[in-house]
Amino acid sequence: MNRREALSRVAVLVGGSIVGAEFFLSGCKPGDKAAAGLPLSAEDMAYLDEIAETILPATSTPGAKDAKVGAFMNTMVTDCYEEKDQKIFLEGMGKLNAACSKMHGHDFMKATPEHRKELLTALDKEAKDYQKSKKPEDPAHYFSLMKQLTLLGFFTSEVGATKALRYIAVPGKYEGCIPYKKGDKAWAT
Amino acid sequence: MPSDTTSTVRLNTKSVSQNTYDAIVVGSGISGGWAAKELCEKGLKTLVLERGRKVDHITDYPTTNMAPWELLHRGWNTKQKKEEQHIQIRGFCNESNSHFFVNDLDHPYVQSKPYDWIRGYHVGGRSLMWGRQCYRWSDLDFEANAKDGHGVDWPIRYKDIAPWYSYVEKFVGISGSKEGMAQLPDGDFLPPMEMNCLEKHVASGIQSGFNDGRRMIIGRVANLTRGWNGRGPCQFRNMCDRGCPFGGYFSSNSATLPVAMNTGNLTLRPHSIVMEVIYDKEKKKAKGVRIIDELTKQTEEYFAKIIFLNASTLGSTSILLNSISDVFPNGMGNASDQLGRNLMDHHYHVGAGGKYDGFKDQYTYGRRPNGIYVPRFRNLDEKTQRKDYVRGFGYQGGASRGRVSDDGGIGAEFKEGLTEAGDWGFWLGSWGEQLPHPENKVTLHKEKKDKWGLAQLDISCEFRENEMAMRQDMMNSAAEMLEKGGIKDIYTFNDDKAYPGLCIHEMGTARMGHDPKTSVLNKWNQLHEVKNVFNTDGACMTSSACQNPSVTYMALTARACDFAVGELKKGNL
Repeated sequence: MNRREALSRVAVLVGGSIVGAEFFLSGCKPGDKAAAGLPLSAEDMAYLDEIAETILPATSTPGAKDAKVGAFMNTMVTDCYEEKDQKIFLEGMGKLNAACSKMHGHDFMKATPEHRKELLTALDKEAKDYQKSKKPEDPAHYFSLMKQLTLLGFFTSEVGATKALRYIAVPGKYEGCIPYKKGDKAWAT
Repeated sequence: MPSDTTSTVRLNTKSVSQNTYDAIVVGSGISGGWAAKELCEKGLKTLVLERGRKVDHITDYPTTNMAPWELLHRGWNTKQKKEEQHIQIRGFCNESNSHFFVNDLDHPYVQSKPYDWIRGYHVGGRSLMWGRQCYRWSDLDFEANAKDGHGVDWPIRYKDIAPWYSYVEKFVGISGSKEGMAQLPDGDFLPPMEMNCLEKHVASGIQSGFNDGRRMIIGRVANLTRGWNGRGPCQFRNMCDRGCPFGGYFSSNSATLPVAMNTGNLTLRPHSIVMEVIYDKEKKKAKGVRIIDELTKQTEEYFAKIIFLNASTLGSTSILLNSISDVFPNGMGNASDQLGRNLMDHHYHVGAGGKYDGFKDQYTYGRRPNGIYVPRFRNLDEKTQRKDYVRGFGYQGGASRGRVSDDGGIGAEFKEGLTEAGDWGFWLGSWGEQLPHPENKVTLHKEKKDKWGLAQLDISCEFRENEMAMRQDMMNSAAEMLEKGGIKDIYTFNDDKAYPGLCIHEMGTARMGHDPKTSVLNKWNQLHEVKNVFNTDGACMTSSACQNPSVTYMALTARACDFAVGELKKGNL
């Protein structure tokens, strides 16, 4: 019985959440440890960097890791998030890792880029469906929070704004109609 | 706090003379800055008392050159900020400008009804963070009260203020287009900013789509489209509310206070909370003001021949309410019982938006700190008269082309998609007139004090039937106009949590009027009852119109200063 099977069997047996089962079977994983509190450890931030990099990878332009999005998420969750969203985010770090174990049989950090992308694509769809159907007072999906912070953190970072997008600190003038062709980079602000 | 005329016995003659000026201006915001400039230029030794800290042009704009990534939270408010500035953040207070908004925990007030009091206590006040939109009023506005019976008649008409609009516009530098519309008189403008292609398209759709003369024009804004009086030009960074190192827009700090300082006649005392105006019963005039130092909490008195209250609508009225004596048991100049009444704001957070399918090959360059404006088109005449409400509203907004938004996806292709320009969108928000109502009022709370021992304000103000009926039309008309402009996927909004105050256009509470029995100030912004005390900030307003009010405060201030100095020279003050 591989761990993935063991996990799903435990989940069925106890009727509990995969997160609990994951914790029970494999002890402290990066995501689980994060649930202990904020600010996050360097290890946690490295884990978030990998999640962010999977969402926005380096291509011909830098990616989320270059923009230190993991550390950015730590700052934002610690300083700006309300307690209930902090909890969702921290538990979500564990849930994401557990979902990876379930899908691929090992931790997110050990997963190949292809496996990571497959997992996050599934979570993205799950989160999108959930956000669409949820009532306003229902809690947010953890992956929606992670993705939102990844996009915000990357596109407002120096590499994101100046390399992936275009940024001019002092435009000096305004022109209301200039030519644009598909593929031209958008303005960062 | 009783205003005892014997208090000067506590001071020796030397300190009285040291503390005596020709004029005192309370407040250094948009109207206080103008009072300082005008009085100093006319040769009066002028003391400006500012309740908050000093903010020097450029050197005290800590975030002015910060790129997005240099803001630790990229503009978001932290939990700490959400607590300390829980009211300020309901407006546009954020990480990049929050040092210009008050700490709400230090400056409490009582909300008998929900009221968002957005404030900046520092030199320059809200002239640093203001929206900079400048629109003249017309006789449609100055005659409104007399015609429909709400409030009292304005003691002035457009012809009285028109030359003063020109006077201040020539100094401020306001970019805009001349349109020849009676309800929105043209001014002395700098070259207008450009509309983008979608704005031009929607403007033309509106012009041809309605037969009531309504128009969409470029906003009139106090940003300099060319160098002006040693300031600017605007660099199109659109970071104005952080303070501008180019002096690209008008503020007290960049414009009026430096001119006042250069005369050699200005003394600026920050950290000076004016508690009350001191009344001289024998001379039937004010002789000065009593302050409490914000930091040391020591009180001190300053004396002058004329006093201009420019402490903001609620600030100035609060000082007058607190200026109690046996002559004025209910506040200075309040025989009419109108002091504190008829508090107004503009009501907004209502309108519509949508997107546009075309212009995929068009984009913009630069960040224009301005949008479009739709001047009032309701209740102008019989043809445009509404049965469901009186007065009217205007629109601000504009078109922009944002980035592609997250519609699901992960990875390289998703990322590349997000780096491109997305759809064009159009947003149209409405600003509506609030009628003066005597029960929309501010009083001094009987028990609650602030940390300087001054009575807290108790604000009881609400939008009423006329505003509510108007809002339906504000929302629906926005959608109709966007439709005529070819906008698709139109959504509408009408936020019932946008409380009075949120528009930061608070006005009234010491209204101008002909009759001392029904108004606080006369046509020269003098207290009817105390001729050497003037008020020319938002408190003086007799109605609210629907245009952004600051340029009207500026014009009234310059006009009142001219009058006051004339009266002083004639020996009447």
